Amino acid sequence: MGDLYDSQRAMRQMRKAAMQRGVVAILDIGTSKIACLVLRFDGPEQFRSSDGVGSLAGQSQFRVIGAATTRSRGVRFGEIEAMQETERAIRTAVQAAQKMANVRVDHVIACLSGARPRSYGLDGTLNVAGGMVTEQDISQVMASCDVPDYGVDREVLHAQPVNFALDHRSGLADPRGQIGNELKTDMHMLTVDATAIQNIFYCIKRCDLELAGIASSAYVSGMSSLVEDEQELGAACIDLGGGSTGISVFMKKHMIFADSVRMGGDHVTSDISMGLQIPTATAERIKTFYGGVMATGMDDREMIEIGGDTGDWEHDRRTVSRAELIGIMRPRVEEILEEVRERLDAAGFEHLPGQQIVLTGGGSQIPGLDGLASKILGQQVRLGRPLRVQGLPQAAIGPAFSSAVGLTLFAANPQDEWWDFEIPAENYPARSLKRAVKWFKDNW
Amino acid sequence: MRSLIRRTASDAAPRDPAPSRLGYRYQRLMLTPGFRGAVRIGVPILLIVAIAGSWYSKPENRANLSATIAEPKQGFQQRPQLMVQTMPVTGGDLDAMTEVTALLPTEFPFSSFDLDLEKIRADIEALDPIKSASVRVGQAGALEVRLNPRVPVALWRDGATLRLIDAEGIQSGQILARAERLDLPLIAGDGAEEHIAEALEIFDAAGPLITRVRGLVRMGERRWDMVLDRDQRILLPGDRPVSALDRVIALNQAQDMLNRDVAVVDMRNEARPTLRMNEEAADALRRVSTTIIDDGADN
Repeated sequence: MGDLYDSQRAMRQMRKAAMQRGVVAILDIGTSKIACLVLRFDGPEQFRSSDGVGSLAGQSQFRVIGAATTRSRGVRFGEIEAMQETERAIRTAVQAAQKMANVRVDHVIACLSGARPRSYGLDGTLNVAGGMVTEQDISQVMASCDVPDYGVDREVLHAQPVNFALDHRSGLADPRGQIGNELKTDMHMLTVDATAIQNIFYCIKRCDLELAGIASSAYVSGMSSLVEDEQELGAACIDLGGGSTGISVFMKKHMIFADSVRMGGDHVTSDISMGLQIPTATAERIKTFYGGVMATGMDDREMIEIGGDTGDWEHDRRTVSRAELIGIMRPRVEEILEEVRERLDAAGFEHLPGQQIVLTGGGSQIPGLDGLASKILGQQVRLGRPLRVQGLPQAAIGPAFSSAVGLTLFAANPQDEWWDFEIPAENYPARSLKRAVKWFKDNW
Repeated sequence: MRSLIRRTASDAAPRDPAPSRLGYRYQRLMLTPGFRGAVRIGVPILLIVAIAGSWYSKPENRANLSATIAEPKQGFQQRPQLMVQTMPVTGGDLDAMTEVTALLPTEFPFSSFDLDLEKIRADIEALDPIKSASVRVGQAGALEVRLNPRVPVALWRDGATLRLIDAEGIQSGQILARAERLDLPLIAGDGAEEHIAEALEIFDAAGPLITRVRGLVRMGERRWDMVLDRDQRILLPGDRPVSALDRVIALNQAQDMLNRDVAVVDMRNEARPTLRMNEEAADALRRVSTTIIDDGADN
């Protein structure tokens, strides 16, 4: 497992370097848009207002000083397909954000929504023989997890210890310093296609930037749109994106499951485009202006001009009723939500103490979606918007930016991942001094 | 034939503006603080320096520039308020003044900017008779030179020359004959000029002998001999010569010693003052004593 995490460790080092420099960019590479935020870190409570109310969860230590979005190109299902196009789109977003921030950024933290994420639950056991649990023990118990064979073409994106148990006490967040016999850990590991990550690496490198971290967008949008007690008690965050729908299940403030459905808002648009025989751009406009999923009697009478520029008057003056539009959109949205339901069932979501489901992402803005979703996913459905962070422009506070905002939180205070812990002494190089020290500690 | 259908380019495909790689890099470069500062400050400075340098590199421009500067400078310096008209020299005797005047500029009027007062002062102070001098441009265009002459306290005979020595042992002039300055005591010998103060003390202590004193001679660079007329000498010790001299004076007053036929009074050893008589006196003394012994034998 050793060298697998080297790149993650390197990225973590780079993230620290970026925090030292004080400026880091957030890049949300989505299927429909690419968003770039520039964050400035000024230490804790720099921007605290004078009213004395401390801000949430330590987010006061950074501020968004630049934000830009651009239409995404060359991305399908949340994966980069045409490198040059995506590179241009990234360049556009980064340049606009830099211009707004008036500062040069060198480090980028990116998230990706597709790339077929797969979740694994791992557990490991270590006999500490009545001693005190040290940091070495923790890294050893994590190293003792038996890792499934997830395939050579896949990479570990997240590997977070979710739970520690010492003898019969479970649910320990930090067992260091406690005394017991058997230390157990549960870990959640998320793997994605290696090629998707390599493509992102390459694209960002082509833009003269350095990747200082990478995260799954389902995870980060859950971090930004689930409130604290939802994260604690158990909730699922459904990120309805353009090309893919991310699912992340949180419990005890840790992500315990993530998946993605390879369908999203773009499929709804293409359905409209095909069903009404109109260009995609028009279909997208009609969807955002008139779209919905719950038809009422009023919708039969509301006629929408769908237009056209063929020169044929009859063709160019076509209209559809809003009910027809809803009739096209609803089956696709239902399909997406049912697919999500299936994934959640497969993950055993019904066993969680909390059954809250939060819909976020650009697709969640369809009017009436919460009603439809509660029919499919259960009663506890709400629409989620991302947390407010300092300096975020008004245009970027909608649910479509929940993964970008989540990435800012991920950048500011990331959760501990496997590679943040000490390397177990067995994995050190043979002549390492630490290993010698460890031997002495064990034998004297 | 014109198409009836209005087609715009924007309908064909959504416009996706993207910066070129070059433009993107340029923008990032310009956002780099160091580079930006260099461009904002360095480039204008470079331009200014280049323009000024190319202008200055032509000789006619340089001449033009120096003429432009020299003219008003000249005009200002030649203003009548700043011209030196007179040059009163005060302090010091006539000889010194003559010497000093030779060092000073002679053609009046001249601008006070042309004067190097420090140099003039240094030149004047380099003269023997002048201890210090102050030179300043005073009221109404006067170059005031105030001299502080050296006051000679002794004469120092150095071979054939007679030098005037002030209290610090520095020569302030020469004279040709002793008769010119009979008021000053005479000293001689190697290293005498370094102990003027001691010599003057001895002269002060001479009291009644002063009329007979010819001078003081420094012996072996450590002690003094007082030379009296009739070739008499008083050999004074290296330390406390004044008290030794006082003893000699006391002896002289009590016994009228120096009026007798004594050549040298040797006070070098404090515990044992010694007299050396002239040869004839010694012979006479020897003769007298033998006579007395003979007479005694006869008796």
